[in-house]
Amino acid sequence: MNEIVILSGKGGTGKTSIAASLAVLAGNDAVIADCDVDAANMHLLLKPDFGYTSEFYSGELAVINHDLCTKCEKCEEICRFDAISFINFQYQINSLNCEGCGYCEKICPSRAISMHEQKSGNLYISITRLGSTMVHAKLNIGAENSGKLVAKVKSEAKLSASKDGKLYIIVDGSPGIGCPVVSSLAGANYVVLVTEPSVSALHDLKRIYALIKKFRIKAGCIINKYDMNIEKTMEIKSYLNEENIVHLADIAYDINFTKTMIEGKTIVEIPSPLKKIIENIWKKIRSQLIIKKNENCIYINRKQLEF
Amino acid sequence: MTKTIALKIAIASGKGGTGKTLLSSNLAAYCSQTQNTLLVDLDVEEPNDFIFIKGTTKNVSYQYKMIPVWDESKCSFCGICSINCKYHAVIQLRNNITIFNGLCHSCYACSELCPMNALPMQKYKIGEIKTIVNQKLILVEGRLDIGEEKAVPLIHQIHKQVDKKYMAIPIQIFDCPPGTSCPLVAACKDTDFVILVTEPTPFGLNDLKLAVETMRKLNKPIGIVINRQGIGNADVEKYCDVEHIQILAKIPYDQKIAKYYSQGKLIFDKIEFMGSILQNIINTIEKQIRI
Repeated sequence: MNEIVILSGKGGTGKTSIAASLAVLAGNDAVIADCDVDAANMHLLLKPDFGYTSEFYSGELAVINHDLCTKCEKCEEICRFDAISFINFQYQINSLNCEGCGYCEKICPSRAISMHEQKSGNLYISITRLGSTMVHAKLNIGAENSGKLVAKVKSEAKLSASKDGKLYIIVDGSPGIGCPVVSSLAGANYVVLVTEPSVSALHDLKRIYALIKKFRIKAGCIINKYDMNIEKTMEIKSYLNEENIVHLADIAYDINFTKTMIEGKTIVEIPSPLKKIIENIWKKIRSQLIIKKNENCIYINRKQLEF
Repeated sequence: MTKTIALKIAIASGKGGTGKTLLSSNLAAYCSQTQNTLLVDLDVEEPNDFIFIKGTTKNVSYQYKMIPVWDESKCSFCGICSINCKYHAVIQLRNNITIFNGLCHSCYACSELCPMNALPMQKYKIGEIKTIVNQKLILVEGRLDIGEEKAVPLIHQIHKQVDKKYMAIPIQIFDCPPGTSCPLVAACKDTDFVILVTEPTPFGLNDLKLAVETMRKLNKPIGIVINRQGIGNADVEKYCDVEHIQILAKIPYDQKIAKYYSQGKLIFDKIEFMGSILQNIINTIEKQIRI
């Protein structure tokens, strides 16, 4: 089983459109995981049925029992998150600031504070309109621990993929380089980077690739809207070359990206030159994964020889 | 609404790549033609404003969070630290304490509740804050170190620094991170008004709804800017109408804008209609806030 993660650093370069297209091309060989849990969009294209829902609990919140509180101030003193303040003659918890560390609970001499688990989102296991399995989630507003939820989405996807003997897991990641991205990289076999020819996107690409390097994962890159700035496209290509990132394809600006999105479809489902390009991308990615598989085989054989 | 003299505007969006940085940098540069303006780049994972705002670097300061450091000589291996840490950042395995710096929230519980004082807190670098000055415009940029997972502590530190140093600057613009989770909430804290930038597509609308929900939970006054007007459909406008959310501006899709943006250039002085769009945004917000 191969885990393919789609990332970009910069937002809005076309991650989800590409990921959903790959999901269509992979058909029943893949389980799809939407790991952009705080702004998930994949469901708009793949129409999952939200067949199975489970609540996701993560982190705790302090609650003060005012009958027991002696107003000794200790909790307010030790809280590093400014989550406890004296309002209306009572100590109160600011739920947005509380990070659930539980220090106040430990230090309260009258045991007036207790920690309560917080529901931070929902996790869904669905069947898409294509018949494939999709694991996705919705993080509650402003909730913490999106990294943990991403890890959960991925582990459910893995479970489902290995149970049904699927070849691929296609993971749509989130922008940035922070905790949800780190979680989506953990355990991945291949990263598809989607970028565009702008100073910002290249800057962000370099940062995300520096992170990917730490994980030692092989990466390929798609330059979307390459014709917007040919000079920058050339610059990106030479960067890819320097870093040994496989150049997967150039995609020209195409209004069909938006048009198909409005129809709730992916770009490979309507006849257009784009279809061929994406099919080629998918072929290229697979060929690189197969090489990797063979490498593993050779490795195993060598090991067997040693015995 | 606000007691301070400064007008603090946050520029956010649920979806990435809708034009937060485009609007932030141009609005700031436009305002700075006539008055002192502060632009704060809070998208610390991928800060981009510096590409558009060139100037002299005035100051770079390293930013740290506090993490516990194990003093083996004092440790009695009682295991209290490991039990107290809710983030599994302090793990005891027999006669060894391992600290996972990335997971630590700097709550001090392990350190201050250790009966042997074997876990003193120490500084650990998570990123840096840079100040760039160009005439009347000051850009403060936060930049998270690669590999560091938590943006929130750095965002808090930037807010603190800016509050102290630049209180008197009348216009303050905060370029926020994408998404709707903790970094966005931290970034919008203490701002007077939030502009949500979106695009007229299903993805844009879906993420806009999430961002609106977030802002309503935070009790923030909001206004919408639709970027790349013309590429999609009218659903975003319909949604704003139903929800009674003010549309501050519609920036038409224009290949010239995309081109300038891709080259890292500002557009407020190059695209004819941008000046009046930006002025109108500022006027509308000031009217709403300063009553």
